[in-house]
Amino acid sequence: MPDWLATLLISLLKAVLVVLGLLTTFAYMTLIERRLLGRMQLRPGPNRVGPMGLLQPAADAIKSIFKEDLTVTLADKLVYTLAPIVAIGMALTAFGGLPAGPAGSLFGENPWVYNLDTGILALLALTSMGVYGIFLGGWASGSKYPILGGLRSSAQMISYELGMGLSLLGLLMIVGTTSFHGIVGWQAQNGPMILFQSLGFVLFLISSFAETNRTPFDLPEAEQEIVAGYLTEYSAIKWALFQMAEYVNMITASAVMATLFFGGWKGPQFLNALIPGISDWPLIWLIVKIAFFLFLFIWVRATLPRLRYDQLMRFGWKLVLPLALANTMLTAAFLAFRGSGGLWFLGVLSFAGVLALLVLSDRVRVLWNQPSVRPEGDIVRAGGD
Amino acid sequence: MGVLEIAKGMGVTLGKLFQKPVTVSYPEQRATLQPRFRGRHILTRHPGTGLEKCIGCSLCAAACPAYAIYVEAAENDPAAPVSPGERYAKVYEINMLRCIFCGMCEEACPTGAVVLGNEFEMADYRYRDFVYAKEDMLVGVTGSIPQRREATRLGKPVRLGFQLDGGQPRAELEGVKYQ
Repeated sequence: MPDWLATLLISLLKAVLVVLGLLTTFAYMTLIERRLLGRMQLRPGPNRVGPMGLLQPAADAIKSIFKEDLTVTLADKLVYTLAPIVAIGMALTAFGGLPAGPAGSLFGENPWVYNLDTGILALLALTSMGVYGIFLGGWASGSKYPILGGLRSSAQMISYELGMGLSLLGLLMIVGTTSFHGIVGWQAQNGPMILFQSLGFVLFLISSFAETNRTPFDLPEAEQEIVAGYLTEYSAIKWALFQMAEYVNMITASAVMATLFFGGWKGPQFLNALIPGISDWPLIWLIVKIAFFLFLFIWVRATLPRLRYDQLMRFGWKLVLPLALANTMLTAAFLAFRGSGGLWFLGVLSFAGVLALLVLSDRVRVLWNQPSVRPEGDIVRAGGD
Repeated sequence: MGVLEIAKGMGVTLGKLFQKPVTVSYPEQRATLQPRFRGRHILTRHPGTGLEKCIGCSLCAAACPAYAIYVEAAENDPAAPVSPGERYAKVYEINMLRCIFCGMCEEACPTGAVVLGNEFEMADYRYRDFVYAKEDMLVGVTGSIPQRREATRLGKPVRLGFQLDGGQPRAELEGVKYQ
């Protein structure tokens, strides 16, 4: 067998493994999420199908596959079918570039599907392609609510994409590479990036919540206002594909946060004193970190109510974007003028910024969320006098 | 809503995660009813003589806002009276599909004959099975029609899906025994 063929086959196998892993995680994420939400609301959650409800994902899968798949008369059949595939395809592809362990640790193979020098850029580009799935899905449904929901969702995702990209610039400037391996390696040398870029991390976290359409930014499925948004006309397996895309995006976002800010697949170094080599175990640390962020996603969903659409937009454009820009400029200025000072000073500055935001949150909020002023005579009251 | 309030809220939800759920797993576990719960009707008897309290006056039917009750009265046989009055209810039917369990019949009844009890498992398949006759509601009959049918099929006693808060039925349900 020629060398290139072997490489291709192994890559394919790894890709299949990643897809299977992601889809299984998605299936059990739905169960874990429902159980956790239930427990947080003092009820047991799904526990009927199988022991402890463990077969619930299988039941859901069987249901969505055999359910009647409706297509609206006015729908653009091709795009309507393609949209969920685009959404899930992009979501699944994005995960492949993330390294899950040191080179050659997966039975002698590298624990990643593809390795690009432009790792983050490629990932951001791929996840942005998911917007096409959402918008085309809304447009091709040939119905009013989906197109409104699709417009709204794509506007939201594009808005937060900007803050997301900008909040990473500081990190990229410090590390000097966009490859995930470079970033993980740098963090192994200098400590996790969260220490130096806490402001960037907070902004990235907020943007991730908006990008993955999770509460409190889950406006695409604001059923009180727009039924179910872009997927109103979808049913059965196509609907499930959209749902899958959302969850896979969430897993990817967690993995990206773990990789960029928390040392990726490397565990804490001091544990090496207890068990030698524990910080280099493949998969384990990445999975632990992903699980932590997934729990955070669920926890926030159990707590926070949904934002209003104008609040969401104001928050993205007036707070996240300028702050990400400020973070970029702060890091750039620091790197340019630091002289002999270490990076820790930047970390302190960044952390002070986060603290100031937390403490002054009530005052900052008024700045960006001022109610629009209407002229006196313009007020319309429902019902009339 | 500052970040501090959000943090407080997050703390509340995390705390609830470690508490025991309050949900009752109903079919396996029994639901606990409060004393004022209004379920299926019960036609009571005089405890001493065993005579039916109902005298067939139709006031319950008149009071019923959903027109769910049908009463047909007949003269008592003085030798073997069914009720202590001059007349008794020959036919007493309540359509449980129409009944809204408001308790107006209970209030209208001059003798305290019709009382709302505690049974609530009355789901059934056919319309006609929802019309409960006198023999389905008199004191001593445990369970609704589908419950009793199920019990006969299985050869087991009727299992009621509730337990009473405090363990005692109300005073006006004299003679009614819930296990």
